Amino acid sequence: MVIAGSNGREFTGGLSEFDVGATTVRRLILELDDRYPGFGDYIERRMAIAIDGEIHQDSYGAELGPDSEVYLIPKIGGG
Amino acid sequence: MSKQHVTTTVNGDPTEFLAAPGTTLLDALRDELGLTGAKEGCGSGDCGACSVVVDGRLVCSCLMLAPEAEGRRIETIEGMAQGGRLHPLQQKFLEHAALQCGFCTPGFLVAAKALLERNPDPDETEIRYWLAGNLCRCTGYDKIVRAVMDAAAEMRQVRRAS
Amino acid sequence: MTDVMDRPALRVVGERPIRPDGVDKVTGRAQFGADFNLPGMLVGKIKRSPHAHAKIVSIDTRKAKALAGVKAVVTAADFPDLASEEVEAGEAAGNLRDLSMNCMARDKALYEGHAVAAVAATSAAVADEALALIEVVYEVLPHVIDVEAAMAPDAPVLHEGLFTKGVEPKPTAPSNIAAVNKLGRGDLAEGFAQADVIVEARYTTKAVHQGYIEPHACIAQYGQDGQCLVWCSSQGQFMVRTYCAKILDLEAADIRVIPSEIGGGFGGKTTVYLEPLAIALSRQSGFPVKMVMTRDEVFRATGPTSGAVVEVKLGAKRDGTITAADVVLKYQAGAFPGSPVGAGSMTALACYDIANAAITGYDVVTNSPKVAAYRAPGAPISAFGMESAVDELARKLGMDPIAIREKNGVVSGVKAVYGPTLRDIAYKDTLEAIKSHPHYSIPLGPNQGRGLAAGFWFNIGGESTAAVRINDDGSAVVATGNPDIGGSRASMAMMAAEVLGLPIDQVRPVVADTASIGFSMLTGGSRVTFATGMAVVEAAKKVVEDLKQRAAQMWEVPADKVAWENGAAVCLDPEKPAAKPLSIAAIAARAGRTGGPITAEVGLNAQGAGPGFAVHLCDVEIDPETGHVTVLRYTAAQDVGKAIHPSYVEGQIQGGVAQGVGWALNEEYIFDAEGRMENPGFLDYRVPVASDLPMIDAILVETAPNPRHPFGAKGVGEVPIVPPLAAVANAVRDALGLRLTDLPLSPPRIRAALDARAK
Repeated sequence: MVIAGSNGREFTGGLSEFDVGATTVRRLILELDDRYPGFGDYIERRMAIAIDGEIHQDSYGAELGPDSEVYLIPKIGGG
Repeated sequence: MSKQHVTTTVNGDPTEFLAAPGTTLLDALRDELGLTGAKEGCGSGDCGACSVVVDGRLVCSCLMLAPEAEGRRIETIEGMAQGGRLHPLQQKFLEHAALQCGFCTPGFLVAAKALLERNPDPDETEIRYWLAGNLCRCTGYDKIVRAVMDAAAEMRQVRRAS
Repeated sequence: MTDVMDRPALRVVGERPIRPDGVDKVTGRAQFGADFNLPGMLVGKIKRSPHAHAKIVSIDTRKAKALAGVKAVVTAADFPDLASEEVEAGEAAGNLRDLSMNCMARDKALYEGHAVAAVAATSAAVADEALALIEVVYEVLPHVIDVEAAMAPDAPVLHEGLFTKGVEPKPTAPSNIAAVNKLGRGDLAEGFAQADVIVEARYTTKAVHQGYIEPHACIAQYGQDGQCLVWCSSQGQFMVRTYCAKILDLEAADIRVIPSEIGGGFGGKTTVYLEPLAIALSRQSGFPVKMVMTRDEVFRATGPTSGAVVEVKLGAKRDGTITAADVVLKYQAGAFPGSPVGAGSMTALACYDIANAAITGYDVVTNSPKVAAYRAPGAPISAFGMESAVDELARKLGMDPIAIREKNGVVSGVKAVYGPTLRDIAYKDTLEAIKSHPHYSIPLGPNQGRGLAAGFWFNIGGESTAAVRINDDGSAVVATGNPDIGGSRASMAMMAAEVLGLPIDQVRPVVADTASIGFSMLTGGSRVTFATGMAVVEAAKKVVEDLKQRAAQMWEVPADKVAWENGAAVCLDPEKPAAKPLSIAAIAARAGRTGGPITAEVGLNAQGAGPGFAVHLCDVEIDPETGHVTVLRYTAAQDVGKAIHPSYVEGQIQGGVAQGVGWALNEEYIFDAEGRMENPGFLDYRVPVASDLPMIDAILVETAPNPRHPFGAKGVGEVPIVPPLAAVANAVRDALGLRLTDLPLSPPRIRAALDARAK
C-alpha cells in the first residue's frame, strides 16, 4: 500500500509504502491506526482509497485482494 | 415616502399597482404583481435577465422606474405563451436544449422575440450581437443561437404559408 | 450491473427528449431562490467590512435596534464561538470555525466585503437605514492579496494561530502558508539529466468568479417551536442543513431545507453564506426573513477561485519523450485555508506518463474572499501552466502538439503520476477525435493562430438517495436529493424510464427536500448523473422486481416465472399459456390487493467514478491595433463514457469552454491599493457574451464506458473547463509568435506585449 503525495506522512514518520494484511478498507484503516495512532481518523477525514485504480471515497466494505494495488490519495471534491 | 398609483397594461391586460417613486419596474413586476419570470442578476443593466418589452422596446426592467410605466404597454415572459401553446422560440429552446439552469432563459426569450419582430431572418452574427446584452453562464450560447435561428426559420415558414 | 448495459438496444438513454422541467423554465414559472415570498416576511441585509484587513474593535448596534421597523440585528456575538473542527457535509471536509467566521466576522475582518453584522427589517429601505446606523470601530491592518507577497516572511499575517502544515521541522512562527503538499515519483535530477531539451517558465492566473447569473438567495423561518424551514438556492439542500445546524448549534432534525431551482452554481453554491444569518435573524425576530445578495455582494463576498502562480520545468528527449517534470503551484485560498491546490497538484500531470516528476503545492491565505469550488477546482490553473509548457516543448522539438501528447499520453493500465493505475480511459481516442476533425487542418490567415490543450478531471461518486414510486395509473415519480443545475432531471427520468420500460413522459422527476428523501451529497464533482443515476437505476430495478412479484401473484405463478420486457411483466410459465403480458398500469391498478403501494427508495455510496479527459482545439485572430482576441473556431472532444442525454452533455462541454475562454481572455478580480475590489459588476468583470464566441463543436467520445455505471456514464460537467485556458493561450502564442504567460490575455496585455516587441 502506498501513500501518494506528502499528505498524511506526518503520521507515519515519513514512510509512504507499507505491507498490509487487511482484506477490506475497514481492516486497512484499523490496521494503519494501530500502527500509527490517529492516522485512521485522518484517512477517514481526508483521504480516498484507490484500489486497483478505482477510487473509493470512504467505503468500509470494499475488498482488497492479496495483489491489489492500494493508494491513499487526498479526498477529491468538485465544483 | 408615499407610493404612487400606476396604471399600465401588462401582457395585454389593464393593470394597476402601487410603487414608491424609487422602485424599479423589475421590483414592481416581481413584488407587486407576482410576475417573477423576470430575474435580477445584476441590477445594473448588464445581464439582461430582467428583460421586458415596453411599448415595443426591449428594456432592462431593473433600469426603469416603476412609475415610468404609467400608461405604457409592458410585455413579460409570462405573456409569451398563448393559452396552451408555447411560442415557437420557447418550443425551440426546449428542443435544442438551449437552457441549463434556466435562470437567464426568460430574458433571452424576451430579447430574442424582440429581435425576430424587427428582423425575421437574422444571421448568426446578428443574433449574437442582439443577444450580447443577455448573459448566460451555462450554455456557451451555442444552443441558444441555434434555437433562435431555428425558431426564426419556422416562423418565416408559417408566415409564408398563411 | 452489466445486465442493463448488455441490452441490445436502449430505448431512452442516448436519445434527446425534452427536459421534464423545461416548460416551467421557458415560461418564467420556475421558482428560483429569490422568487419565494412568505406572509409577514422581513428583509434581511448585511453590513460588510470596507477594509481588506482590520481588527474589529467594537460594534454598536443600539441605534439600529432602536429604529422603527427593525426587528433583529445580529453579529458574531449571536453565533456560538465554535472550536476548530472538521465537518463533513458529504463532500470535501471543511473547517467549521472558518465556515462560521466566513459567514460572520469575529474579531477580525479578513477581506473587503466580509460580513460584520446583519439586520432584518420590515422593508429594504429600513434595513438599509439600519445598516448605516450600526457603528463599527475598526483598527485597519496591513493587508496582502498577491499570493507570493502573502508567502513572504514579512507579510502581514492573517491568522496568528496558523502554522504551515506539511513541513519539517514544525514551524514556530505563524504564516500565511497554510500547507505545503508534495507529490511525485522517480528521480527528478536523473530525469533532467536524460533530457536533450528543457523548457521552463512561470505562469500566473488571477482570481476569477464562477459568475452564476442568479445571486445567492434564501428565506428562513424559525418557529417558536424551534422548527426551522429554509428555502434556498444551493447545490445541496443537505449541505445547507448540515452547515446551518453546526454553525447555529441546532439539531439537523429541526431544520428542513427546501431547494429552489438554482440559477447556476459551478461550485460557488457548495457552501453557505446567507442561510445561517437568515435563521439567526428569524429566530431573533420571530418572522420569516428573506435575504438576497446584490451582484456587488456576490463578487465581494462569495467564492472566486484562486489566483495563482504556476512554475513548470519540463525535460524531454529528442524523440519527444518527457523525462522529467517539476511543477510548483502557489494558490490563493482567500481568507481561510483551503485552496484547491491539492486537486491542482494531482491533475497537473494526469494526462502524461512521466517517469520522474515532482509537484509542490502551496495553500496560501490572503485578504480576499475565501475561495469556493469552481468547476474542476484547481485543475484549470495547473493545466494552464502544464499545457502551455508542453506546447513550448513541442515547438522546441519541432513536434506536432498532438504527436507529443500521443507520445507521452496515458492509456488504461498506466500508473498516473498521482498514484493509482488508470483504467477504462479514452484519452488517446480523444486526441484522435481532434486529429481527425476537419478543424485541425483548416488553413489559418494572417494574425491567426491555433492552440491545443488537454485536460483531466477525476469526477466523484459518493452518497445519493433516489426513490421510484409507481402511481395508480402506472406512471412513475422519481425523487432524488440533488438540485437540478443543468438538466439532471432529464437524465434521472431517462434512466428510470429505461429500466422500467416506460415512455419518458410517464416518468416525473422531482427534487425533494431534506425531510422527503434520504441524504444525498451535493450536486457537484460531476457526480449526479453517475452516482444519483446509480441510485435511480437501483431503485427502478427494485420496483421492477416488485412489479414482477405482483404479476406472479395475479397469475398465481412462482416469481421466477415472470420476466420483465418492454415495460410489462411476461409470464414464462408454460402452464399459463393464456397469461397476457401485464403492463405497469395493469399491475398498478391491483397494487392494493397485491401488497400495497409500489415504491422503492435506495441509498448508496457510489464508488469508482471514472475520470474524464478532454482535448480542445482553438483558433484565434488578434487585432494588432486594439489587442483584442477573437475566438474564431473551437472544437472540444471529451471522454464521456456514455452520454445519457447527449444534448446536455454537449451543453456542459460548451458551457465549460465559454467559462474557460472568459478566464483566459478577460475575467479577473482587480483590487485597488487598499485591497478593495474595483470591478464588482458584470460591466467591468467581463464574462463572455454571445458575440464573443463562435459555435463550439462538442465531440462525445464514447469508446470507454464506465463499467461501474449501469449505462456507462462518467461525470462530464467539470472536465471541459480544464483545457481552455491553455488552448486559448497556445493559440495566442501561435498567432503572435510570442508567449504570454500571465492571464487574462486582455487587450491591454496583448497591446503591451506587441509594443514591447516593436521596441
